[in-house]
Amino acid sequence: MNAMFRSAAALGLVAIVGTTMLTGVDWLTADRIAAQERRVILEQLGELIPQEYDNALLEDRFTFMDETHFPGGQFATAWRARLQGEPVAVILKFNAVKGYNGNITLLAGINVDGSLRGVRVVSHKETPGLGDAIEIEKSNWILGFTGKSLVNPEREKWAVKREGGDFDQFTGATITPRAVIDAVRLALQYFDAKEAFLFNAPAEPEGGAAP
Amino acid sequence: MSYRKIFADGLWQQNTGLVVLLGLCPLLAVTGTVVNAIGLGLATTLTLVCSNLVVSLARRTLRPEIRIPAYVIIIASVVTVIQLLMQAWFYDLYRVLGIFIPLIVTNCAIIGRAEAFASRNAPLPSAIDGLATGLGFLLALVALGALRELIGKGTLMSQASLMFGELGESLQVTLIPGHPGFLLAILPPGAFIGLGMLIAGRNWLESKRSGRRKAVLAAEARG
Repeated sequence: MNAMFRSAAALGLVAIVGTTMLTGVDWLTADRIAAQERRVILEQLGELIPQEYDNALLEDRFTFMDETHFPGGQFATAWRARLQGEPVAVILKFNAVKGYNGNITLLAGINVDGSLRGVRVVSHKETPGLGDAIEIEKSNWILGFTGKSLVNPEREKWAVKREGGDFDQFTGATITPRAVIDAVRLALQYFDAKEAFLFNAPAEPEGGAAP
Repeated sequence: MSYRKIFADGLWQQNTGLVVLLGLCPLLAVTGTVVNAIGLGLATTLTLVCSNLVVSLARRTLRPEIRIPAYVIIIASVVTVIQLLMQAWFYDLYRVLGIFIPLIVTNCAIIGRAEAFASRNAPLPSAIDGLATGLGFLLALVALGALRELIGKGTLMSQASLMFGELGESLQVTLIPGHPGFLLAILPPGAFIGLGMLIAGRNWLESKRSGRRKAVLAAEARG
């Protein structure tokens, strides 16, 4: 009996020491980790928006759902850039759901006039060496979106060249670029339909996980 | 047990990755590039040193019937601390290795060393054993990572800036310029094939060595 209690006490002690240590380290690193996450988001957003806004971009955000344009039950995020209160551009973060291997998370910067400032891939699990040419580190393909809009090119040209569209495919990978092209077009269509909502919806403070 | 023997076991005789074959999941999963291999290898080494040290310090308190759950708590705490520190100071590397760090908890080599060595030895030898075992695992990771990166992409140390910052840029070397890329080496099958070849290579070296030893012994016996 006595031995049993001693064992239990020893195990309890190990658990308490472990928990205390974790709490301490979490408390010490929380601010720094949050700062690192903000830095990475700002770097990513900054690539899509030059310095022509004066609002707190990171705080002026909200999340929403729209099954038609952002399928798969995903939450899309919008950051609004404004200059003296006037809308300049919006950055949308959403998933392309028709990739070769899982979701491709994208950031798309859209000007108030509906043209694309640019698109970047945040994360993906496409085949290394084939589908990963969507990354800016691997190829310039993703820069091809810059300046495009729903009228440039027109609707049926939003496809890879093999299917009569305006965008290059990669050797050996059609599914990946097609998924990205479709998702970006849907995002532009959403912007076209819901521009007022995108800029007027109240900002939600960042809660939970960073993108 | 001498420190020399501890290092010989950890690095070669009982190498976790190539002989004991514990911790195959991270070994196969992250060795696409040398930089990933170094990152996970260092994190695993640090975990092994810390967990062995703590287990050894607590070895008289931890009665046999509770030692396994206690090891699990200790290892999980150590790994979580390392994960938080890495997130705070090496965030870019963390974004690459992120999901593999918690997996260190499931690396059987760590609980294996706690049970086989640290629970029976003093703190200093235990920490040294953790270091030696970790370095042996790191070597196996780096060897496999280099093999796969070289064959798959023709480079070594690509994306080294994730770990070494500015300095890393100069560490990257392209050994085969214009390499078209050999996907098999990067994809999971390449990990299995590469590991098989490394194990075969190590066994070959070992058999050559023991063959030479036998020849010497036989010569001595003949007088």
